[in-house]
Amino acid sequence: MKAQHDVEQFLYRQSELLDTRQWQKWIDLFTPDGIYWMPPDASYKTWDGQPAIFAEDKNLMTVRMLRVLHPDAWSQRPLWGTNHVVSNVCIRKENKNGDVDVTSRFHMMELRRDDVRHFAGSYFHKLKKTKRGYSIQLQRVDMTNAQAAYDYVLQVWV
Amino acid sequence: MPQERISNFARMVEADRVRKEVYTDAQIFEREMERIHETVWIYCGHESQVPKAGDYCTVQIGRQPMIMVRGKNGKVNVLYNRCPHRGNMICGDREGNTGEQFRCSYHAWTFQLDGKLKNIPMKSAYEGTRYEKDNPDCSVKKAARVENYRGFVFASLSSSGPSLKEFLGKSIVAFDDMCDRAPAGEVEVVPNCFRVIQHSNWKLFLENQLDALHPSVVHQSTGRAAHEVEKILAKKARGGAAPLSYHMLSAFATVTIDKWDDFQTLNYPYGHCILTGYMGLRPQDPDTLAYDKVMIKAYGKKRFEKIVGVNIHHVLVYPGLSVQSPLQQLRAVRPLGVDRTLTEIWHFRLKGAPEAIYRRSLAYYNLVNSPATLINADDLENFWKCHQGLSSDGGDWVSLARHHGRDIEKNGVVSSGPKMGTSEAPMRNQMKAWAHFMKDAR
Repeated sequence: MKAQHDVEQFLYRQSELLDTRQWQKWIDLFTPDGIYWMPPDASYKTWDGQPAIFAEDKNLMTVRMLRVLHPDAWSQRPLWGTNHVVSNVCIRKENKNGDVDVTSRFHMMELRRDDVRHFAGSYFHKLKKTKRGYSIQLQRVDMTNAQAAYDYVLQVWV
Repeated sequence: MPQERISNFARMVEADRVRKEVYTDAQIFEREMERIHETVWIYCGHESQVPKAGDYCTVQIGRQPMIMVRGKNGKVNVLYNRCPHRGNMICGDREGNTGEQFRCSYHAWTFQLDGKLKNIPMKSAYEGTRYEKDNPDCSVKKAARVENYRGFVFASLSSSGPSLKEFLGKSIVAFDDMCDRAPAGEVEVVPNCFRVIQHSNWKLFLENQLDALHPSVVHQSTGRAAHEVEKILAKKARGGAAPLSYHMLSAFATVTIDKWDDFQTLNYPYGHCILTGYMGLRPQDPDTLAYDKVMIKAYGKKRFEKIVGVNIHHVLVYPGLSVQSPLQQLRAVRPLGVDRTLTEIWHFRLKGAPEAIYRRSLAYYNLVNSPATLINADDLENFWKCHQGLSSDGGDWVSLARHHGRDIEKNGVVSSGPKMGTSEAPMRNQMKAWAHFMKDAR
């Protein structure tokens, strides 16, 4: 029960950091070798050496963060905001050391200029238990609309 | 817009400027689909997308929904995605395998993989009517012409006009350069297509591809960000270097405008253009050296030097294909409407090349061309803004005057002047072709 509660709080905090644009704090949730991965469709087994919508280590996450913070990131200038809801949190595996595999479902509404878009799907988190709570070793994001044509693109992590 | 102008397209294009309606007028869009996209050779796909008989994928040529399908005899056919009975689309999916035949989901008419009618249910009900098996109107209509160049399949919906090779002319180097860089002399598709929609006219995308001035302005944010991280990684590597993918991104900021001017634009008949100069063409890292070795074994030293010496950044195959052959990627541009355009982005594997070479260009595919692109996002923003501005009454013309009057023409090839890589010669060339195709349109 405790693990379930802690994992849920962790996931809520993660989406809160995205929705409040605290990019560095969001990146800090990952282990030094952590990976954020969004495959092009659910059939993919690994991010390594494959086409990917996102396949970012912390260095690439930093590039993305610095880019959106740059004053001339033209596409990020218009009014922009997101709202994540995370639910259906299931611990799939719990190791003796406290590391867990977790699946959940998300829904993200995005406003960009006057347009609203919806992205939804499932998260798979491989979380490492540390003294200061969980760290993300791998976050896999399977978007239900990953294969649909993108009416405009994604600028930051979902 | 005044009616006389619509009826005289040639007057809409001048040597150094173009009427804004060319980008925004829905009537003109219809005419150009008819005169350009539904007439000239359009890229359908790569044959490795349909390896087995019955494999198909759907593709848009101009306004026409088409099917590219591998026949029983191994030939790739291109058919209209329309049942000759009541007009139902035959394939509703983007891709799949249809087995030995197509079967319409509405009244179960069946067709061979080359479109020929196989069977009509309740045949007796058609006795004495015009709908008989041998009537060609009962078969699925085929594209007028289909040609395959080194695995790249093109179709033309017009039975007349130049052959594919004549049409491509010198821009054929896009496919030669890509295939020749494979030790086995051919490429195969990486089975994933990134698809992104932009809210602007299709021509804005094509013009942007060879606009060597825009990267320093538009992609500054990503270039700077990548350069920051690249510096940190290089320091950590202690004398080593950051992965090449960081350089591919940082170059957008670190390659200065005068460096872009060192590149050259080459402009050919039918609107095709080339921008020379490739970021990091001949790196000397262990992966490249291992690749060089395999290539020399396959081709011999002399031919190898010739192949890797081909100096290309982008090839634009008018009116719908942008190819980055040294990185084995291709973007097919599909107009959806006067203000909506779909790009389909593919990556290819060099057959016989080491895995590391595939991974290098894959990094570019993912970082630059995925729907989470660090680069194209800002282009798309500009395309939208451009289309909005052009739709206004704030002006009538679009200027293409950069380095106009300094182009050098020789044997039908127009090159931008020396140290004028940022010339707008490619846009002028595309517009010249546009005016040529549209000249007798009504």
